[in-house]
Amino acid sequence: MTAAAVFFYLFACILVASAFMVIASKNPVHSVLYLILAFVNASGLFVMMGAEFLAMILVVVYVGAVAVLFLFVVMMLDVDFAELKHGALQYLPVGMLIGGIFLAELVMVLGSWAIGPGVPSAITAPIPTNVTNTEAIGLVLYTRYVYFFEVAGMILLVAMIGAIVLTLHHKARVKRQSISAQNARTPQMAMKVAKVRTGQGLGSNEISSKDAGEAA
Amino acid sequence: MDFFWTTLWPLIIILGQSLLLLVILLVGIAYILLADRKIWAAVQMRRGPNVVGPWGLLQSFADLLKFVVKEPVIPAGSNKGVFLLAPLVTCVLALAAWAVVPVSAGWVIANINVGVLYIFAVSSLMVYGVIMAGWASNSKYPFLAALRSAAQMVSYEVSIGFVIITVLLCAGSLNLSKIVEAQNGPYGMLSWYWLPLFPMFVVFFISALAETNRPPFDLVEAESELVAGFMVEYGSSPYMMFMLGEYVAIATMCAMGTILFLGGWLPPVPYAPFTWVPGVIWFVLKALFIFFGFAMAKAIVPRYRYDQLMRLGWKVFLPLSLAMVVIVAGVLQYGHLATAAMK
Repeated sequence: MTAAAVFFYLFACILVASAFMVIASKNPVHSVLYLILAFVNASGLFVMMGAEFLAMILVVVYVGAVAVLFLFVVMMLDVDFAELKHGALQYLPVGMLIGGIFLAELVMVLGSWAIGPGVPSAITAPIPTNVTNTEAIGLVLYTRYVYFFEVAGMILLVAMIGAIVLTLHHKARVKRQSISAQNARTPQMAMKVAKVRTGQGLGSNEISSKDAGEAA
Repeated sequence: MDFFWTTLWPLIIILGQSLLLLVILLVGIAYILLADRKIWAAVQMRRGPNVVGPWGLLQSFADLLKFVVKEPVIPAGSNKGVFLLAPLVTCVLALAAWAVVPVSAGWVIANINVGVLYIFAVSSLMVYGVIMAGWASNSKYPFLAALRSAAQMVSYEVSIGFVIITVLLCAGSLNLSKIVEAQNGPYGMLSWYWLPLFPMFVVFFISALAETNRPPFDLVEAESELVAGFMVEYGSSPYMMFMLGEYVAIATMCAMGTILFLGGWLPPVPYAPFTWVPGVIWFVLKALFIFFGFAMAKAIVPRYRYDQLMRLGWKVFLPLSLAMVVIVAGVLQYGHLATAAMK
């Protein structure tokens, strides 16, 4: 057995085990941590296949950003573990029924499924030998399928704008900091040197008029 | 016997190299920590640590010994596995990033094609140490710090990512050694990327401060509001591992700045006697220069408010770096047309 095979089985076993633990562990935070372990091992498998760019992007995007937000949300959930356990037993028959139906469907689909004869010649070779795999993925994604890529980007942009529009509402009474207005202030606008005579103080009308001018 | 020379011997060599790098790095970290405290003290007109060893040179080692021999306390309400995993994650990830850092021409443990992405990926994983520690401590202040840091580190990663992309566009490679080689020009330090990409250098420096939770962006451990943030419940060796991970991450960011913008191991003037100096010395000097900037920023700048931090990340740095990516790509693609038109 070569070193490559040893590492493949190592990564693959940890990946499958942690994927199982994602659904098996009782604590949702542990589930997310196992999910992260699964992602990292999947990226290890990508490295072994020579797709190092995909491996790093998997870690950067899924582990570094998506899973962080995931963890962020899950950590703030108020989970009652006893209730969760109770619910799991209650829903077990229904879950098993649905799982059984899916399994049967998968078996039926995979049993009657074959790759079309024209497909293998049409797909691009996974790792071209004359360019690095970063360049290869760029050629496929941004040159050959550039319009599909642009369409996908537009759809995501629309979805993002939609999410922002749905959640953004300006409350009237919230005080906000306007940095440009702060920077535009000069000493003349912000302060005034007054001579105060002993025993007389400042005329109260003088101060109030000044304050009113500043607040506007 | 053949198996030994082809499989085992390279493995032994890599192990030896890694150990050597780790030892040098950790000793370096001990003195960087001391330098940080000394610079901070000098700005505030104090002496800083000056008791252990001559000029306090052995202070970090005394601290290390102190942390190691103390009793580790694990809070009863904590999630013990995650609680102990968090400092390990921080420390191991910070050290793992150094596997691809080229300190001189050919002096690198793993010269991989996507080196810069590897460092970016590893530094984006650093946030897990903080989040896990904050959650597993099962206490208010660490949890608040964890939430803050999750938002902060993810925000500033975005702008660091775009800064890296501008450098990649200029260098045309994801390999760190090739990025350094691409900066090797006839004008020495003027052909390094800090000059043409100066706005990006500034964005990188500030984002690196935020990414490593250094002041003025140390809201994660803001001692005046959160006591010590995510590490309130930690003591002895686990605490030391957090501290170590933090400073190794800072050293990584200094090395990244050196490689991306300050020409790595290249001499500032490409003529003798500067070319006689070994590349690793230039590399260390440049990294220390950036670290001095980090230390001075800590001493000089007051802490940001949280909403200001978020505004800076999302409303200033993100549009700026995004625009720079477009501008740099445009100049690289169509710049020759402009020069041709001028003739």
